Amino acid sequence: MDTPVLKKKLGLKERYAAMTRGLHWDTTYQPMDKVFPYDKYEGIKIHDWDKWEDPFRLTMDAYWKYQGEKEKKLYAVIDAFAQNNGQLGVTDARYINALKVFLTGVTPLEYNAHRLFAHVGRQFTGTGARVACQMQSIDELRHYQTETHALSHYNKYFNGMHSPKHMNDRVWYLSVPKSYFEDACTSGPFEFLTAVSFSFEYLLTNLLFVPFMSGAAHNGDMSTVTFGFSAQSDESRHMTLGIECLKFMLEQDPDNVPIVQGWIDKWFWRGYRLLSIVAMMQDYMLPKRVMSWREGWEMYIEQNGESLFRDLARYGIRKPKGWVQACEGKNHISHQTYAVFYSYGAAAAFHTWVPEEEEMAWLSEKYPETFEKYYLPRWNYWREQAKNGNRFYQKTLPMLCQTCQIPMIFTEPGDATKIAYRESDYQGDKYHFCSDHCKEIFDNEPEKYVQAWLPVHQIYQGNCFKPGVDPTKEGFDPLLAVFDYYNFKVGRDNLDFEGSEDQKNFAAWRGDSVQGAKK
Amino acid sequence: MTVELHAREIQPLRNTFTHTAYYVGNDRPASRYQEATLDVQPSDNFHYRPTWDPEHEIYDKSRTKIKLADWNVLRDPRQYYYATWTIARARQQDAMESNYEFVQSRGLVAKMSDAVRNKACEVLMPLRHVAWGGNMNNSSICAYGYGAPFTAPAMFHAMDHLGAAQFITRLGLALDEPAVLDAGKNDWLNAACWQPLRRYVEDTLVLQDPFELFIAQNLALDGLLYPLIYDYFVDDHIALQGGTAVAMLTAFMPEWHAESARWIDAVVKMAAVESDDNRQLILAWLTTWADRAQAALSPVAELALGNNGLTALQEVRDALDMRCKKAGIVV
Repeated sequence: MDTPVLKKKLGLKERYAAMTRGLHWDTTYQPMDKVFPYDKYEGIKIHDWDKWEDPFRLTMDAYWKYQGEKEKKLYAVIDAFAQNNGQLGVTDARYINALKVFLTGVTPLEYNAHRLFAHVGRQFTGTGARVACQMQSIDELRHYQTETHALSHYNKYFNGMHSPKHMNDRVWYLSVPKSYFEDACTSGPFEFLTAVSFSFEYLLTNLLFVPFMSGAAHNGDMSTVTFGFSAQSDESRHMTLGIECLKFMLEQDPDNVPIVQGWIDKWFWRGYRLLSIVAMMQDYMLPKRVMSWREGWEMYIEQNGESLFRDLARYGIRKPKGWVQACEGKNHISHQTYAVFYSYGAAAAFHTWVPEEEEMAWLSEKYPETFEKYYLPRWNYWREQAKNGNRFYQKTLPMLCQTCQIPMIFTEPGDATKIAYRESDYQGDKYHFCSDHCKEIFDNEPEKYVQAWLPVHQIYQGNCFKPGVDPTKEGFDPLLAVFDYYNFKVGRDNLDFEGSEDQKNFAAWRGDSVQGAKK
Repeated sequence: MTVELHAREIQPLRNTFTHTAYYVGNDRPASRYQEATLDVQPSDNFHYRPTWDPEHEIYDKSRTKIKLADWNVLRDPRQYYYATWTIARARQQDAMESNYEFVQSRGLVAKMSDAVRNKACEVLMPLRHVAWGGNMNNSSICAYGYGAPFTAPAMFHAMDHLGAAQFITRLGLALDEPAVLDAGKNDWLNAACWQPLRRYVEDTLVLQDPFELFIAQNLALDGLLYPLIYDYFVDDHIALQGGTAVAMLTAFMPEWHAESARWIDAVVKMAAVESDDNRQLILAWLTTWADRAQAALSPVAELALGNNGLTALQEVRDALDMRCKKAGIVV
């Protein structure tokens, strides 16, 4: 037969291009601007999408093969964990509270990432960028689903994990991650990638995953550890996409540099504020500590970040504006945040507690300049109060920052005894902020941030009761009505760990004596 | 884990999450599909309007004219979640690798006549771009549709389309020189017989209603294209003329089409059964787009099957109408 004997073989790069970019054509029956309407309005100038370097070269055949293998292994571990009642192997039932924070605060973000990567995976004019984003879209769905499946078993035995979706849409502290992510999702496609793929996945992700996954390993939670490791190879692809997109924008046009710098400033600070809940988890909620927040910050941000921004300097990019304040905050934010959750322990769907003696000693050792000076005295006081049957619960609602939506708890740069307050006027109303950087983010885009669904405002406006609830009725308890709206099971999901159902059950299942059962 | 632990009675406090139990009850554990999919999309108290679409919330039912009291009714009968989807596709991929080995070890490509090989390339290579359109459109359905039961399988379907486009690409590289891909693209862009289909695809790329897009892409176009190409052209025409290799190297496509049709039909059926308004809307969309698709595929059918092309296409159309009838849409 007359088949060509020596067929031309494509190299790996060319072959991948044929499998992806080669599929694209410039439309003519419909104008390209109508087919791809969303990637111009942010002002990012792209002259040549062909210059996009594929951050990874995975065709669907290879993707299915690798991922299918990973899923088989992961679900084998999840099944075995459930069958063997692996939840009884964790260090202490206090540990479960870290998982509650993760399931209600982080897992819903993975879902949002899935949908918004589908959006940008459809909308970028460049085919290479689209394919990479689409793969991330299904990866993120994977993370949402595997986290849900891994933690489903815990939900069967512990409180506070029963309504992650419902709570994420409503609960006051969960509006911090929710608004953070929705801020990214409602941005243009290039800002979305800068926010999620670069600032979060590339710059800050270690601060999220190392505490949770190493925390899980140290605390005997093999199910979560396995999920984390299984997600890691996906994450490394996502990080590569983040840095590639950033460099691509910077290389395409010098006019892009100030826009991108503004996004880096904004999203570094947004991410830093978001992570304060991780800081508290890491320093206070893991029965067996991995490393302190401060140590993580120094390793992953101060060291790695320094070299990253040295590398980006050639494009005219400098370190994010809030860098110095964030570095100063490494000594404070975990203590300030946990104190808020401790005092609002009735209004959270996880348990809080006063750190034990050796944990206080650990905090003193890890935070020699700040813990004993600023934070220990308060713990001693609260511990005394709790001993006398007077466990402190804050009963008023806090003022929130209009941008990050965290209560106004953070202190002035250089003075940890003074709460920082900032404000801006916009169209006749006054808006409040926790910091100069949150104020600046608002001032740059007030028309966006005035839309924020601030939980405290919404409660006061009567928007956080179930339909049909009558606040004028005799004996109406607004706080209980709000908890009902949140789907909190009062007395089971909330309050101190000491005396909780989680504590009692865990001890009974393990056959331990309950220290706190005497109460 | 010690032996005493196993002996101890440990009763779960609940069997699943509240939002899952709402649909499946709390008296037994929910399935992985149910926990992964039902009511998992955020639905309340959105903070900001998308700067790219200020008329809508991030997730917004009003992007489509279809009205459902609860979008979680649009279940996937395959019950795919990421793990089951990717494991199923990995298995199909293994089968495809065996096919490649078989074709190579028997030298099946070399045994094809030039005429058959050229015909296969002429018809199949432009379809890389049709599949790529299907990828973009299903990404849209995932991004702008409402509710995970509807949108999650759409993203799987988008990636399946990419996989299909890559299978065709790989076929082209197995049958001929890489230039065959350029030739196919050139036909797609310029040859008269492909222009109605290209116009169809480009018109769907700008459709705004995700459910209409679902009908136009997944039911009307693919519902005609896949049987026409893979049953009538590849299996009944090319394979019988010594082109078994082509059938083996595209085996994924008809198998995938039959499998995903179960999902597509279930979605249509559930949406139509909810109200007469929905049924009328779907019927109108289907009629418009299936008529257009049939017209757009006519020159392709003739290119592929010569004089038998239009008859084959009409048979395929009749089969699609039957399929829709079973789903509650009578054309």
